Amino acid sequence: MFRTFRCIVMRDLTLAMRRRTDILTTLFFFIIVVSLFPLGVGTEKETLRHIAPGVVWVAALLASMLALERLFASDYSDGTLEQMLLTPQPLTILVLGKVLAHWLLTGLPLVFIAPLVGLQYHLSVESIGVMMLTLLIGTPVLSLIGAIGAALTLGLRGGGVLLSLLILPLYIPVLIYGSGAVAASAIPGSELQAYFALLSAFFLLALIFSPLATAAGLRISVE
Amino acid sequence: MSINWFKFSSPATFYPLAGKMVPVFAILAGLLGIFGLYWGFFQTPDLLTDQKQYYRIIFVHVPAAWMSMWLYIVLVGWALLGLLFNARLSYMMASAVAPTGAIMTLLALFTGAVWGKTSWGTWWDWDPRMTSELILLFIYVGYMALQSAIDDRRRADRASAVLAIVGLVCIPVIFWSVNCPDPNQCAALHQSSSMSGIESNILTAMLVMTLAFWMYCFAVPLMRVRNIILERERDTAWIAEMLEVEK
Repeated sequence: MFRTFRCIVMRDLTLAMRRRTDILTTLFFFIIVVSLFPLGVGTEKETLRHIAPGVVWVAALLASMLALERLFASDYSDGTLEQMLLTPQPLTILVLGKVLAHWLLTGLPLVFIAPLVGLQYHLSVESIGVMMLTLLIGTPVLSLIGAIGAALTLGLRGGGVLLSLLILPLYIPVLIYGSGAVAASAIPGSELQAYFALLSAFFLLALIFSPLATAAGLRISVE
Repeated sequence: MSINWFKFSSPATFYPLAGKMVPVFAILAGLLGIFGLYWGFFQTPDLLTDQKQYYRIIFVHVPAAWMSMWLYIVLVGWALLGLLFNARLSYMMASAVAPTGAIMTLLALFTGAVWGKTSWGTWWDWDPRMTSELILLFIYVGYMALQSAIDDRRRADRASAVLAIVGLVCIPVIFWSVNCPDPNQCAALHQSSSMSGIESNILTAMLVMTLAFWMYCFAVPLMRVRNIILERERDTAWIAEMLEVEK
């Protein structure tokens, strides 16, 4: 079972490495969205520091959602997905492998680009650290929840817009506590442990339930 | 005596049954509504301590808000039944309930905004309850959008059923997180129930109006499900037969 899992992850990573622009577009989408806000809101230091947590998290939400469309789409169109459904391996494991690969390619880069964004918004070093940590725990949740939506909207006309309608409301808890932790870190002496505990709880819940729902969704969509 | 639990799970037997139930619920909704409104307008105090006549919005606002949440649970119940028993009528009921639920959510938001303007001086405040209701509206819209985006009926039914169930699992988490954005101060943020200390005539009128709304929420989805049955089963023999008789 673990071999299947590793095989799927390596396959998706290799495929993505052959076409690097896919990863870079998500990353640059994130950077561009984040860079647009100061141009619209104004470049005053205090304002920027104030809106930074929300802006970064909303941008992360949008970026991870944009990338979701590709999660199953290419496998679906060339028939690989159908073969995967026919294998004796549990579908949840395959789904988990695909989600992990997807997160490594689209979620993890956001974590590493976060310090740069922090500099744009004049965040303190401490806040940048907290931001990276919340993104590290939070973006896998986004990928996991998003996979359900990607499975349900597979192969539909206008799937991307529809996906955002289905999935964005479900992202709200991660947004609230992710940006909440970063905002709280700017206030000296605030307790942050509760935020991380909640984000980790969301991650564990999503890790258990999302592959089941995603697998059910894939079976319905491919049938 | 053995009971055939699935007798009315066939559209052909349910269609006439629903036709008989619709007028009953519609009349009940009308009578209860008239009584509730009469009680609400003429048997209640004109002035409360801090509110003027505006508080009467409660007779629409609270029933609508309750129904909006209750109907989502009903929707998921039908979706679950559909997935478990693979009964197409269950999916039809789920999709018949969704628009009424969305309208109730919209009504609760609208009356809430009007009431907020008169008593708080603002149309919108990011109060946890308002935010939760808004998110519920998004979830209803997502459900209906997914259903209408898929051309294949069977896939549309089952995919939106899965989505509804995922939504039900997420809703408590979402509402809870909206309620307490700062986990260190959750105890302090706990909203006290607004139901305590309510004047008894107002409570009576409100509960009667809730019953009226509930009856409405039976009548309208049943009417809608009749249309859905006709639309989806139009090629079947029993509908052709029925139309033949009516001619």
